[in-house]
Amino acid sequence: MGRAVLKTPEELAARARDIRKHVIKMVGAASSGHPGGSLSAADIVTVLYFNEMNIRPEDPGWPRRDRFVLSKGHAAPVLYAALAEAGYFPVDDLLTLRRIDSHLQGHPSMRSTPGVEMSTGSLGQGLSAACGMAIAAKLDGASRRVYVMLGDGELEEGQIWEAVMTAAHRKLDNLTAFVDSNRLQIDGTVAEVKSMGRIGEKFAAFGWHVIEIDGHDIPAIMAALAEARRTQGQPTVVVAHTVKGKGVSFMENRVEWHGTAPKPDQVQAALAELDAPLKGGDA
Amino acid sequence: MAKMIATREAYGRALASLGDANPNVVALDADLSASTKTVEFAKRHPERFIQMGIAEQDMIGTAAGLAASGKIAFASTFAVFASGRAFDQVRNAVCYSRLNVKICATHAGLTVGEDGASHQSVEDMALMRAIPNMTVIVPSDAVQTAWAVNAAAALDGPVYMRLGRAPVPAIYEEGRKFAIGKAETLRAGEDVAIVACGIMVSRAMAAAEALAEEGVSARVLDMPTIKPLDRDAVLCAAAETGAIVTAEEHSIIGGLGGAVCEAVCESCPAPVVRVGVRDQFGKSGKPDEVLAAYGLTVADIVSAGRRAVSMKNA
Repeated sequence: MGRAVLKTPEELAARARDIRKHVIKMVGAASSGHPGGSLSAADIVTVLYFNEMNIRPEDPGWPRRDRFVLSKGHAAPVLYAALAEAGYFPVDDLLTLRRIDSHLQGHPSMRSTPGVEMSTGSLGQGLSAACGMAIAAKLDGASRRVYVMLGDGELEEGQIWEAVMTAAHRKLDNLTAFVDSNRLQIDGTVAEVKSMGRIGEKFAAFGWHVIEIDGHDIPAIMAALAEARRTQGQPTVVVAHTVKGKGVSFMENRVEWHGTAPKPDQVQAALAELDAPLKGGDA
Repeated sequence: MAKMIATREAYGRALASLGDANPNVVALDADLSASTKTVEFAKRHPERFIQMGIAEQDMIGTAAGLAASGKIAFASTFAVFASGRAFDQVRNAVCYSRLNVKICATHAGLTVGEDGASHQSVEDMALMRAIPNMTVIVPSDAVQTAWAVNAAAALDGPVYMRLGRAPVPAIYEEGRKFAIGKAETLRAGEDVAIVACGIMVSRAMAAAEALAEEGVSARVLDMPTIKPLDRDAVLCAAAETGAIVTAEEHSIIGGLGGAVCEAVCESCPAPVVRVGVRDQFGKSGKPDEVLAAYGLTVADIVSAGRRAVSMKNA
């Protein structure tokens, strides 16, 4: 097995910090990309790839693998960082993000990058694909599970709610959705642009099992995933309250870091801050 | 002549049989299974039939997820919804991801008839043809539809198949070979070539007969695959006859006529006269009335043939 499963919250927190550093470095090197929503999702993606999911990075097509769909495809940097750290491809590839000869497209492409399960980037589409994967697992009588990451702004897309109905109607208890609720989207706060109200209550009304957590609390993420695995007869949504730009103080809660790359001095400042709590991570 | 059968009927039977032979085949529908005829599959294979409700975008996305998990996903609704409502899902989730989703869209073109313009797809071939990785198939009769369903299942990648509501006459007999991307020469001719697809193929045959009585020898090509187009057959027809007529139940923009013009202009310039809907929405009426109102009759193909020949000789 190529990937070491990390068992403790401390190990996972250290890995999440490494992944945040990759995000900063790769978006900085590309001078292009989406740091804010990558950093808000980093703890959840880390727990999925290094604790929760049954995967074989050395055999990306292994039929029994769990699936992860990044519906908010602009957070590609955090997915790529996790895939590289898990061993799907060399960590050095990360610095080629968005380059003309790179397999790391601006938004995830399943035909370009090992480990990417669905091409995303046009918002609102990933939950439907995840439902299809969950239905396929049920048809196959297989125990594999499907995970999908949605943005809170992304919930404004109507197709999301079509798929929410599908998952509940078909009792897809092998499907777990995360809403990375960082409360910001390009034109402002979600509340200003098109207020979502209470996200959890909306999903509950459609028949989902709802868990609300702090999306940066690693033990809470682990507990939510365990609860989702125990939940029978309905899909689970984990509404994760997060901070856009989490871990880099000058990016936190600032919408301008949705799709802006840090300049070299900002990259250095961000890496210094991420390194501050404890030494470590890769070079 | 065998009795008239709609291509959607033939699709329903072929899909159900394909489901018998291949346990990997699944079918999805968006509350139109009785009309698209996926109901036949649903009866025979209820566990592999996925009813999506009135949610075409979700249907195409779900089909992509099933295909990403190794299934061959046949997704059906009316052509206007499959190609228009769900365009972005077809583009990104299916075609960019190059997945085994077979979009079998029924009630295509004007012959939906009474339902009118909101339900008459005159631009679906143009939309689907423009997407990279997509194969576009328009069968002309029931027998060819069954071949096409099996060929689509065997092809690794996305397919858009355009099917009709109204019964059409038989053109083919069992036992012939069918290949995606290959035209069928149904009638030999020297003066003009009529390239047709779907319901217009039988009309093209009748038009060739009428032209023969006027002393014009018309070749007839059935072009069941709009993409990839059989360029060799088109260029050969352009070179050998020197004049082409296209006939399709679709806008003259971007469909068969557009594809033929692109090939001819680039490689073997010759006059092309397009029979099709002239950049208009359809309207309600009996199917034959609507076809007549939009210039899609045998007589329209005959006059297009005369015009093409006269342009060649001008």
